[in-house]
Amino acid sequence: MASCYFNPIPTSSRLISADLSTKFNIPKLLHRKKRFGVLPRSSKVTAFYGLKTPPYEHDALEPYMSKKTIDIHWGEHHRNFIEGLNKQLEKDDILYGYTLDELVKVTYNNGNPSIEFNNAAEVWNHDFFWESMKPGGGDMPILGLLEQIEKDFGSFTNFKEKFTEAALTLFGSGWVWLVLKREEKQLAIVKTSNAICPIVWDHIPIINLDLWEHAYYLDYKNDREQYVNVFLNHLVSWNAATDRLTWGEAFVNLGEPKIPAA
Amino acid sequence: MAVRTLLTRKTLSSFLRNDPKPIGTAAISAAASTQSRDLHVYTLPDLAYDYGALEPVISGEIMQLHHQKHHQTYVTNYNKALEQLHDTVGKADASATVKLQSAIKFNGGGHINHSIFWKNLAPVREGGGEPPKEALGWAIDDHFGSLEALIQKVNAEGAALQGSGWVWLSLDKDSKRLTVETTANQDPLVTKGPFLVPLLGIDVWEHAYYLQYKNVRPDYLKNIWKVINWKYASEVYEKEAYLVNQEDRP
Ligand SMILES: [Fe+2]
Ligand SMILES: [Fe+2]
Repeated sequence: MASCYFNPIPTSSRLISADLSTKFNIPKLLHRKKRFGVLPRSSKVTAFYGLKTPPYEHDALEPYMSKKTIDIHWGEHHRNFIEGLNKQLEKDDILYGYTLDELVKVTYNNGNPSIEFNNAAEVWNHDFFWESMKPGGGDMPILGLLEQIEKDFGSFTNFKEKFTEAALTLFGSGWVWLVLKREEKQLAIVKTSNAICPIVWDHIPIINLDLWEHAYYLDYKNDREQYVNVFLNHLVSWNAATDRLTWGEAFVNLGEPKIPAA
Repeated sequence: MAVRTLLTRKTLSSFLRNDPKPIGTAAISAAASTQSRDLHVYTLPDLAYDYGALEPVISGEIMQLHHQKHHQTYVTNYNKALEQLHDTVGKADASATVKLQSAIKFNGGGHINHSIFWKNLAPVREGGGEPPKEALGWAIDDHFGSLEALIQKVNAEGAALQGSGWVWLSLDKDSKRLTVETTANQDPLVTKGPFLVPLLGIDVWEHAYYLQYKNVRPDYLKNIWKVINWKYASEVYEKEAYLVNQEDRP
């Protein structure tokens, strides 16, 4: 399940300080004043968010993604984003008590990201990325997801071509996403630079692929195309994607309007 | 500049006019050997040293991939984009022409930046790492306090750069000021200001160090100074700083 959406709220959450809105232009929905009432200031907080482990062993994606790659990508890069984020939050506790989703949206600050955004979004993206893959992945999407892909891209083959093209034309570091767009009520492919996570535009992510060179350099060197092909043919978890789409359908009606009979 | 040249070109080569095939790699290599054609084809510059000559600071494997694969791809795709531009301009297809700009900037920038980068490096036995002397050395002391302070600043800004990009020691031809600049992705230094000239550019894309330094970019930055070719930077500095006084200002 798309667990990124359901990060447990830290249990020792404090009252969000009132000057929060002077630092961030916070959407109404995210105001959480007195969610937990006034808690006494407890002892020094040392960690705000924890490092989530991938839902498989580090060698489970071999030979398509090596253990060495995951060891470093998760154990160094991902860990550094978490540690960097916690260190930043330690200095300034006005952001304390947010779910990771909220933190990403709030620190994006309508396109003028605050310093915490980069780490927060990278944590989100990497959590989501590990869950976007599975051992023995890369089969066909099933049922509703397949139908939706065919509806929005013409065919599954077409989707794969579009996704690959997006990955190969991303300039520099970043991510390629399959997202569900709320307004348009359709699936779309989105490219983002560096840390940007499409939840900041209110899209519902279905799949993401890390296109920073660190994600594939040890296994594929400069051959990004081979990495993308391997992801689509052997790694992507359409199960996770189906769960995420199902979750998204709670907010986006993808069917014909159902008008109850009188 | 290349864009302007193309826009003012009055004749398109007969090769492009008559070839019904879509423009692609095959078309470029065919075009390169066609005498009638006058569109410049960029080529990968040779290195002045062997791939392994910068070891142990930068491994031979990194240098080879970086030069033969990464830089070559920028050159290939720059040529491809210029071919396409030639075509879309000839057809007066404005939207297709504009659409090509990002590929031109990225791949052309990649070619420009890497061409400078190779010259910024030299094996230790050929003077790599020897501190700058005279004019540039004095200018660095003036602007940054010391060479050590400049190195600290470059390392800090290079390490803090999000994603892929470059960190530069830049000379402003206009004010003659030396500054440390960063650019994202393959943006060349000139995108930061029309008078900026790169004296030194360090590639902080992950491909520049990953096989050897993994995620530890600061170590790569710390070590690279052992193979920096300050002689080249000094030559550029002396030439450009001197030219400033002769140049007609726009
Ligand atoms: Fe990553
Ligand atoms: Fe490079």
